[in-house]
Amino acid sequence: MSCWETIQAYGLRSLGMGERLLPRGDIGLCEQITLIGSGMIWNIYFGALALFFGFFLAVTVAVAKNARPALIRKPAEWFIFVFRGSPLFIQFFLAYFALVRLPEEIQTANGVVDISWLTDPFSRAWLGALIVLFLNTAAYAGEIFYGALRSVPKGDLEAADAYGMTGFKRFRRVVFPTMMRLAWPAYTNEAIFLFHATTLVYFSGFPAFRQQGDALYYASYFADRTFNPFVPYPIVAVFFILLTLTVITVFGLINRRLNRHLPAERRRKIRYRPNLIR
Amino acid sequence: MFEFCADPSSLETGQWFACYLTNGVHLRFYQSFVTVLTLLAITAPVALTFGFIGAAASRSHIAPLRWLGKLYTSMVRGVPDIAFFLFFVIALDQALEWVNHQIRCPDWDEPIRQGANFIVCQAAKIPLNSAPQWVHETYNYFIAVFTFSIVFGAFASNVLFGAMRAVPHAQLETAEAYGMTRRQTFWRILVPQMWVYALPGLSNLWMILIKATPLLFLLGVEDIVYWARELGGSRTSQFAYPHPDWRLWYFLALLVFYLGFTKISETVLSRITRRLSHGQATMGGEAQRKAAA
Repeated sequence: MSCWETIQAYGLRSLGMGERLLPRGDIGLCEQITLIGSGMIWNIYFGALALFFGFFLAVTVAVAKNARPALIRKPAEWFIFVFRGSPLFIQFFLAYFALVRLPEEIQTANGVVDISWLTDPFSRAWLGALIVLFLNTAAYAGEIFYGALRSVPKGDLEAADAYGMTGFKRFRRVVFPTMMRLAWPAYTNEAIFLFHATTLVYFSGFPAFRQQGDALYYASYFADRTFNPFVPYPIVAVFFILLTLTVITVFGLINRRLNRHLPAERRRKIRYRPNLIR
Repeated sequence: MFEFCADPSSLETGQWFACYLTNGVHLRFYQSFVTVLTLLAITAPVALTFGFIGAAASRSHIAPLRWLGKLYTSMVRGVPDIAFFLFFVIALDQALEWVNHQIRCPDWDEPIRQGANFIVCQAAKIPLNSAPQWVHETYNYFIAVFTFSIVFGAFASNVLFGAMRAVPHAQLETAEAYGMTRRQTFWRILVPQMWVYALPGLSNLWMILIKATPLLFLLGVEDIVYWARELGGSRTSQFAYPHPDWRLWYFLALLVFYLGFTKISETVLSRITRRLSHGQATMGGEAQRKAAA
């Protein structure tokens, strides 16, 4: 097979399109790059969607944690503690068994009505793992936003009071933009490590449906098959470095927009600070 | 464990659980918690040592040594760490076998990589095929510990390098003014002072190390995740203690274990931070002074 044919056969393999069987006999560089790149689709899918939905929950959690009434504050604190205090790996396992077992229990309990059409997607990685990642990133980002919320300058709030702004208007016009500006460098790192964390999906409870896995899943497949870890893992590394650079670029542009009203020397630069494993 | 456990099928709920939770496989499950704690106990100092060497090398005046240090520090950036875990275990295993092969079978003329296979002579296998099971398990465990140490050493090296740079420069200049050599300055001035600056990063790293321990499971060690999956799976009535699929509850127990562990660590670390910043010219030390006054 020429390399172009390989790309046609395996380019969208991770989505179940193209060749059904994974390459077996002669595994060349082209096969590895194509299939691992195809797996990156899942990493980007999980990362991007979890980040997008997680952002809104994170802001809510941060505001809730800052609230005075214990009834609002406590749940937010517990949410953050549970998701930041335990390994993501365990969270995946737990979620998988919860999403597979509980529907079965309900099924046997009521017996007649078939609800598998409703519960089936939750036991699949595309939805189940996405929910875990969404909650996880919401907790980590919530803590970052909470920290930023606490360090909004007092003068800003007093100025808002002087203008007669209260309640939601004050939040939207004054608190929220400053909070975003302060939190953005840390949030960028969180985004990078969320993308890295997506590699855990297929190594935890969630099985790869019809061998449709992510980049690391295919890389370990190749490493097992060729007994040579020195090709597939560096390929994953290169793909992830490219992804990391893309994230830094996009978030850097947003950061510039958030800081556009400030004089150049007061702008906060994004510093890449690894937060490592979760 | 207890005497009434002889016939589990005739027991009441309370006694049944007392027997169930103390049977042989559960004792091995509890032992695996010790496995995880041992991993932490070994990895933390070893990784700190690697990190220290890495950070010291990154500051070196000899260029190749500095490059090596920088390479080690930046190795972990930009790439998911789990990829490192999967990579290192195989790479390390093959490297050891390759070296052993060169020593023991010098007259072997076939290539080691034959297409998709990695073949070394029988005498060079680590551990030997004929070795007992526990040797294989111990070998796997130490490969895993070493992998953890390498990866976390790189993280620690990052933290320590930053901490060394955070020590006020005036201190080092004063040392030089007193006529100390570079080596003396490093050991007597820089190293004792850097720990306060390194502590936030290192405590963060400790938390991350705790949360990375379930990855042992991926490295083929029979750790708590392995046993939770094993024991939680449903048992038919052919077994002594039949039960449905309880993996959810086992993993809930693991979650509670980790939450408790991080909570305790958090408390202890914040206490150490308070201790260390006492009397320091930092924000934390200043806040303590003001609170006391």
